[in-house]
Amino acid sequence: MSDPLFEFLCRMGDNALVLGHRVSEWCGVAPALEEDIALANTALDLVGQATLWLDLAAEVEGAGRDADALAFRRDVWDFRNLLLVEQPNGDFGQTMMRQFLFDAWHRAYLAALTDSSDTRIAAIAEKSLKEVTYHLDRSAETVIGLGDGTEESHRRMQTALDRLFPFVGEMFVTDEVDAAMITACIAPDPRSLRAGFDSYLAEVLAEAKLIQPSGDFSHKGGKSGARHSEHLGHMLTQMQWLQRAYPDATW
Amino acid sequence: MYAQMIKSTGKGVKALEDMDPQERAFQERIDAGGKIEPKDWMPEGYRKTLIRQIGQHAHSEIVGQLPEGNWITRAPTLQRKAILLAKVQDEAGHGLYLYCAAETLGVSRDQLTRDLLSGKMKYSSIFNYPTLTWADMGAVGWLVDGAAIMNQVPLQRTSYGPYARAMVRICKEESFHQRQGFDIMMKMAQGTKAQRHMAQDALNRFWYPSLMMFGPSDKDSVHSAQSMAWKIKMNTNDELRQKFVDQTVPQAEHLGLAIPDEALRWNDERGHYDFSEPDWSEFYEVLKGNGPCSAERMAARNKAWDDGAWVREGLLAHAEKKRARKLAAE
Ligand SMILES: [Fe+2]
Ligand SMILES: [Fe+2]
Ligand SMILES: [Fe+2]
Repeated sequence: MSDPLFEFLCRMGDNALVLGHRVSEWCGVAPALEEDIALANTALDLVGQATLWLDLAAEVEGAGRDADALAFRRDVWDFRNLLLVEQPNGDFGQTMMRQFLFDAWHRAYLAALTDSSDTRIAAIAEKSLKEVTYHLDRSAETVIGLGDGTEESHRRMQTALDRLFPFVGEMFVTDEVDAAMITACIAPDPRSLRAGFDSYLAEVLAEAKLIQPSGDFSHKGGKSGARHSEHLGHMLTQMQWLQRAYPDATW
Repeated sequence: MYAQMIKSTGKGVKALEDMDPQERAFQERIDAGGKIEPKDWMPEGYRKTLIRQIGQHAHSEIVGQLPEGNWITRAPTLQRKAILLAKVQDEAGHGLYLYCAAETLGVSRDQLTRDLLSGKMKYSSIFNYPTLTWADMGAVGWLVDGAAIMNQVPLQRTSYGPYARAMVRICKEESFHQRQGFDIMMKMAQGTKAQRHMAQDALNRFWYPSLMMFGPSDKDSVHSAQSMAWKIKMNTNDELRQKFVDQTVPQAEHLGLAIPDEALRWNDERGHYDFSEPDWSEFYEVLKGNGPCSAERMAARNKAWDDGAWVREGLLAHAEKKRARKLAAE
């Protein structure tokens, strides 16, 4: 295993980077002007957070890389984001369901990170937490509004939940990187956040009149990098294209 | 300029002594530099012309998200991606302010949107051109936002209060847009051979379409004369175009890029640059919907609207359910 602190920081950065990129794909084509603005705002926050995490990752690594080198010059197997965030946008319902499930985990995880023994991490978490609290307010409100809206919007939100629920479990898996972070009091045990997440999820889904899928099967392989989905490679071909095509250029 | 060829009454400007007392008082207030507010009496022609102009401006902000959105997912660095996202977010915000200003004149945002999507209302010709390389993000900020500012700065003094106030907010952000565009151009112009090539190519493609943004000469237009008398248009198209050229030529020199106009030269006598007119037949084709990207832009907006229908309906239905539940509980 490479340095667990570097791995951990890449996980945080890659989640924000990949989801920020996905959300930015909505630019100019959202269902309403207010949504265009809100989605751009979410993407902007996440790209900013990605920059902070990946810059720190590069600093910790000490190999002369920076956030841009990590974002634009690594291949799929080096990405450490959750499988959930690389899932395609689908319709607006799927995008907002993905956002909600991630935000709910992200908020709780960041809140815990504000107590990190590493003050640099605590500082990034504190700044991000403010933004993510707002993201969660908005995504939860949208899930409720569309879940308990028309017949069609309800059906679409239930489909989105069924499609994405198998990606929830990975957020709460604890592996050897987490173990090292727990030991060093840098980050919380993901398993410890599950109960809080479940009760919050139940609350929101009840208000949204949506049914939580049964079963606890979970896809894994994103945060370890062992097996990403096919979608990530396509995202990278677009995101990294300029840097790859013109490696000598500065922008 | 985001409003082009706006039709006014077409009847020419009335003399003060031919106006009835109400209209005369209205015109005198404008002449004295006063503001017209939504509740004030206004001639029907003033109201309708403003709706056309503000509506077209708002539509331009909305459609204008698309050519830049085309590069958000390919932005070359995290910082460039963030800046571009922030800019496009601003443009959506401008659309929102402007639709709100139009609504004070008694037309709904939904109605204006339907008129855009049906092709009845237009948006600026410039957004029908493709963005082909990263340098185009520079050229759009530098030239397109630059040209927009030329028109929008004087409009901060326009006679209609809500429009003038929207312009004040918008202008603050537009100058940031122009600076970031120029900054991209600078990096490209000072970069590798390939980057310099991209920068020059972007200027070549965007120069004449940017000049077209001001619209054809309107020195003899009865529509423009009326709009200027009402102070909803502050300068002629030729004045603004000249100002834009005079400002931009030294910037291009600073970048080390060549403006694609053999006839461009400083005229000492006039104290301005002489320059070639764009190909106005191309402009009229673009307005007719024959721009290089016209079909894609309209298709993208229509698809966004149609695909979003269930979302808007769903959220509306939820808001109504909530209201009903609240009422029942009282
Ligand atoms: Fe704008
Ligand atoms: Fe603009
Ligand atoms: Fe702008």
